[in-house]
Amino acid sequence: MKSVLSDKRAIGVLLGPALLVYTLVMLLPMLWSLGYTFFTGSVLGGFDFAGFANFARFWNDPNSGPAVLFTIKYALLVTVGQIVFGYLLALLYTFFLKRASNVVRTLVFFPVVLPTVAVSLLFQKMFEFAPQTGLVNSFLNGLGMESVDWLGNPGTAFVVIAIMDIWRAMGFYGVLLYTGVIDIPDDVMEAARLDGAGTFSLIRRIVIPLSWPVIIAAGIFSINGTLKVFDSIYALTGGGPGTSTTPLTLYMYRTAFAGGDYGYGSTIALMLTIMCLLVTVAIFRSTARNSKEFS
Amino acid sequence: MTNTAIASPRPLKPARRRRSVRSVLGKIPGWIVVAVLLIVFVYPLVWLVLGSLKTQDEFLNNPTWALPENWFNFSNYSIAWESTAHYLLNSVIAVFPSLAICLLIGTAAGFALEIMVFKGRNTLLLVFLVGIMIPGQMILLPLFSVYFNLGLSSTLWPLIITYTATALPLTVFMMATYFRNIPREIFEASTIDGASTLKSFFFIALPMMRNAIFTIALVQFFFLWNDLLIALTFTTDDSLRTVQVGLLNFTGQFGVVDYGPTFAAICINVFIILALYLVLNQRVMRGLAAGAVKG
Repeated sequence: MKSVLSDKRAIGVLLGPALLVYTLVMLLPMLWSLGYTFFTGSVLGGFDFAGFANFARFWNDPNSGPAVLFTIKYALLVTVGQIVFGYLLALLYTFFLKRASNVVRTLVFFPVVLPTVAVSLLFQKMFEFAPQTGLVNSFLNGLGMESVDWLGNPGTAFVVIAIMDIWRAMGFYGVLLYTGVIDIPDDVMEAARLDGAGTFSLIRRIVIPLSWPVIIAAGIFSINGTLKVFDSIYALTGGGPGTSTTPLTLYMYRTAFAGGDYGYGSTIALMLTIMCLLVTVAIFRSTARNSKEFS
Repeated sequence: MTNTAIASPRPLKPARRRRSVRSVLGKIPGWIVVAVLLIVFVYPLVWLVLGSLKTQDEFLNNPTWALPENWFNFSNYSIAWESTAHYLLNSVIAVFPSLAICLLIGTAAGFALEIMVFKGRNTLLLVFLVGIMIPGQMILLPLFSVYFNLGLSSTLWPLIITYTATALPLTVFMMATYFRNIPREIFEASTIDGASTLKSFFFIALPMMRNAIFTIALVQFFFLWNDLLIALTFTTDDSLRTVQVGLLNFTGQFGVVDYGPTFAAICINVFIILALYLVLNQRVMRGLAAGAVKG
């Protein structure tokens, strides 16, 4: 019977096209990019072999340090924000709104599907300083405070980026974590309540530990996305003012396309890939230890 | 509580009233949170729509929360539509063929990897998974070189090909997960009844997977339609721009000067997606949560 479903020709016909496209358009370019890291130049100007010069350059580059630092700072803050607010939403859905949570869930989710460019432009206008006083500054003026040039200063520009990316994604993590929270068996909750646990100790001692695996999974998804952030920052601040809000992805893009240096661009992309891998592995290992503690 | 009720039935009524008053009062903070949530998530969109109906004069002279003076001022939309229509067409031409090809070959690969029996299935699935993790920056430069050398740079082919490939890993992975829940016996039986494996795939597996395919199509549609990085890299000419790149350049073109048309352009972009989402929201939420590995 095994032979009927192990027909080699059928496997080839079904799997072949996907494997071919995937290999040609993703795997090979990936390896090719690895090759680029040993060269300088571009497709228009020709390539020169450079050995490990690109890696040395990355180490000494005055722009690469801040870009790495910004990437980490952004990824940590936004991931924590997305998960914490997402989890608060999940608790709100489960313990307060209960069956009625459908409408709120649907509304809070919609920024997830909106085009990033459109959301970025909307936030640009909302946080505008001049010539039009934007929504946020009007609100501050109404409270008797001065307008703030949100996108004109590195610190406040970072705040706007973080607020926007948390606003965009918290509904998504709300839904994701909600599925983890409602999966907790009712009798466990009931037993804890009968033992006299209040809502807060119930959440702290039962709900959070039991939904911990989902929280970690959501954290891994989130940090994988935030380390690769490009669209929202490109459209909102363009990396500015100056280069103060430039993550690695954007720095790579500028180096390769505006600067015409494919070799160094690929080196930056490789560094980013290594960061993504390291972070994912690190979280996986730490959770393996944590889940042992809980059980 | 039930004990006291049985022991002394008389104080039951006032006690219950006191409890219900307390529980109503206790719910007020919760409802305030919900109200704030709704304002934070809905008001920006309302403000966007109101803005799209205002004239430049209103933008500069009236407070930003003022209602439009003429509710039927659609002139901003006609200006925005002039350029957006073409970008929309480009997006449609790039996204839908990629979606169709990706779903067909991705479903076939998922079928082969889960239902068919051969050595190395799990390794291949892992190879596809790598593609989900890798940042897009890692494949852009070699692809740009190849498209340039093949003379495809002034067409939409680079977008169609790259979209098909980048959507493929998640499609294969999700399809494999769906096929895992289907007993292999169904396909063994149909093969014994005389259908070839390919026939089983086209006439049994595909119709059975209709729902799953639709869900994945939705998820991938949002990813591809909202993409900025790939579109930005491969659309070197204004006539090739997708709706996202076009929107970004729309503000570049009119910039701070023309608020109304910019708001209208953002509105067009937002409401196409929002309409789709409002019709299919439950499905979209479930699908995106299932495809969360994309990060």
